[in-house]
Amino acid sequence: MVPSTLALAAVVLALALLLAKPLGLYIANVMEGRPIWALRLGAPLERLVYRLCGTDPNAEMGWKGYAIALIVFNAFGALALYALQRLQLWLPLNPQHFANVSADSSLNTAVSFITNTNWQGYSGESTMSYLTQMAGLAVQNFLSAATGIVVAIVLIRGFARRNATGVGNFWVDMTRVTLYVLLPISAVLALVLVWQGVPQNLSAYKDVTTLERVDYEQPKTDAAGDPVKDAAGNPVLEHASTQTQSLPMGPMASQEIIKELGTNGGGFLNANSAHPFENPTPLSNLLEMVTILLIPVALTYTFGRMVGDTRQGWAILAAMVILFAGEFWIAASNEQAGNPQLATLGVDQAPGPLQPGGNMEGKEARFGIGASALFATITTGTSTGAVNASHDSFTPMGGFVPLFNMMLGEVIFGGVGTGMYSMLIFAVVGVFIAGLMIGRTPEYLGKKIQAFEMKMSAISILVMPLLVLVGTAIAVMLSTGQSAVANPGAHGFSEILYAFTSASNNNGSAFGGLSANVPFYNVALALCMWLGRYWPIVAVLAIAGSLAGKARVPVSSGTMPTHGPTFVFLLIGTVLLVGALTFVPALALGPIVEHLMMWGG
Amino acid sequence: MPAILRPAIVLLLLMTALTGLAYPLLITAVAQVLFPSQAAGSVVLRGGRAVGSALIGQSFSDPGHFWGRPSATAPQPYNGTASGGSNLGPLNPALADAVKARIEALRTADPAGAVKVPVDLVTASSSGLDPEISLAAADFQAPRIAQARHTSVGAVTALIEAHARGRVLGFLGEPRVNVLELNLALDGSR
Repeated sequence: MVPSTLALAAVVLALALLLAKPLGLYIANVMEGRPIWALRLGAPLERLVYRLCGTDPNAEMGWKGYAIALIVFNAFGALALYALQRLQLWLPLNPQHFANVSADSSLNTAVSFITNTNWQGYSGESTMSYLTQMAGLAVQNFLSAATGIVVAIVLIRGFARRNATGVGNFWVDMTRVTLYVLLPISAVLALVLVWQGVPQNLSAYKDVTTLERVDYEQPKTDAAGDPVKDAAGNPVLEHASTQTQSLPMGPMASQEIIKELGTNGGGFLNANSAHPFENPTPLSNLLEMVTILLIPVALTYTFGRMVGDTRQGWAILAAMVILFAGEFWIAASNEQAGNPQLATLGVDQAPGPLQPGGNMEGKEARFGIGASALFATITTGTSTGAVNASHDSFTPMGGFVPLFNMMLGEVIFGGVGTGMYSMLIFAVVGVFIAGLMIGRTPEYLGKKIQAFEMKMSAISILVMPLLVLVGTAIAVMLSTGQSAVANPGAHGFSEILYAFTSASNNNGSAFGGLSANVPFYNVALALCMWLGRYWPIVAVLAIAGSLAGKARVPVSSGTMPTHGPTFVFLLIGTVLLVGALTFVPALALGPIVEHLMMWGG
Repeated sequence: MPAILRPAIVLLLLMTALTGLAYPLLITAVAQVLFPSQAAGSVVLRGGRAVGSALIGQSFSDPGHFWGRPSATAPQPYNGTASGGSNLGPLNPALADAVKARIEALRTADPAGAVKVPVDLVTASSSGLDPEISLAAADFQAPRIAQARHTSVGAVTALIEAHARGRVLGFLGEPRVNVLELNLALDGSR
């Protein structure tokens, strides 16, 4: 490991941890509706929103009402996004005159963005109009992030409240999180990104005359625009030449920042954060990584604050940091080790003062190894899925890390809200297991953990592996599933496994070689995204409702402390055990066998 | 049910207006005032003509120009409207073949070049539009460029050093140089 790589990781973590307390406290104040200056400033706007919605902001909802409101609201979001894509040719702000998106791709993308997945089967710069990007995709970047956060807040309220029937008001929670947390942070940081070079305009694409003329081969098309094929069915190539480069434009910075802040990950452009327009400099890269971590890290403090014992939040955060360090170490050291296949060809992969070295296929010169491995660990430990390098071209164990991060349920900081509630579910399972082992009544934060909570926790944890393993199994058995694979051998299997893992965990990153923009994958992955999102959410809300109604058990000598090192390691053990037991066979067939082939010869 | 439908629809419309129209348009307006060049794509002008973006790489194959990272975009390399990487896995024979062919091309252009080729000069970037190469990759090409332009290798390496970017504070960024910037400087000094 190179010192600069370690230093970068330390700085990114330190910045996120330093901001955890102030931001976490602010979020707690916002969600509890305390009279802080921001809420007083926004009060007139808030009142207008509630009046237009015809809703009483003081009315509390039970967990079922909350869940129904959440799903109905998200369903309308999906409909609106689907309609925007299907009609974009006839709507304004489409200077490139992009056609309406196909039905299966629109469905996939709509589900993808409302579920905070942002799996992208399409190529942004050649598919989506500015209106679809701004008023469709970016809106769901805000609202899906807000949805995740409010679910976490409701679960926290479940622990904090006593003998309560209500868990909060969905409309108020959504409005406040968007208005006071997501929007202001995005607005400030978007301008920092523009300063670093991220475009922000509504102009048509700009054609420039390049220094040299480029000669190339392209598939020949007939008068109707269909590719011409020779007798053997192969496309006929023709010679072409150009000295024009078309530069994509659009409102990129405003979308780029919420893509990170909301742990969404859906890029304006196909290459996502590897594109020099989305992520132009090492500083913009640092900012994007810290922005991804901001809310997930801060929510651990929000949690501690709202349950009245901040040590509880720090314990959760400690478990996350330890898991993160291990994963990052594996990714960075394997990417830096490079590719032995290229070493035999006379390629210099040694790090030094003049080059980063290592496995540079699918990486950008400004990011090198350290910033690429760090971004990959952060984007999959959270549910972001933005990428600044091609995960498909990572070394086997470098690619194992993003895959395993997602398989653990994205709890290494995790998505905004989703990371917090998923980790709390693991904590509930952890204290239950510990309770069984030592014969104490399982309780967490003064709430008894009983059969209903355990049933819902199991449902919430098990749906993801079910979707991943069954989905992958079906895809590898179908010829349409296999034919989308780009790389031969074990790596091809990893591509399919990665796709289903990413969709079911609402991550959105990909082993990009997989040609997933076909009806089979569009529909299968949409199903995984939908179930992988709302199934656990309903289970979590049910747990929250049940917990909120319980009395608080006073601390006694029989209470297991949940803020010390013992609990931290119990939590880490639970996360690793559940993840490893479920996925080791699948991982052995993919990255692990590939790693042995690469280094064993 | 209407108790849910009305707020669901109205809140979605309000939030779309706020986060989908007001917010991006406001950022666009402020960006035009504060950072007009960056907001418009950091376009580079030469003699009043747009010759590229400072952030987007171009395809170079003239022996007298610095060459950038190999680009996997289709159909032509450095296609601005089709960003993306090769997505070749590390053990894919197609990756080794491509790297072999790129080494071959570098050797043909400069048979007396250094024995070992810097890795970023023979591997495709993730965006296919990487504007930069490592300093090692730039130095590797200096003898070829000096020969093609009938100048000294020292003059070329001095140019590289003048445009080099390093690790800010020791950890931020990699040692690298912008290829379009270098080639514009080369053409300007001819």
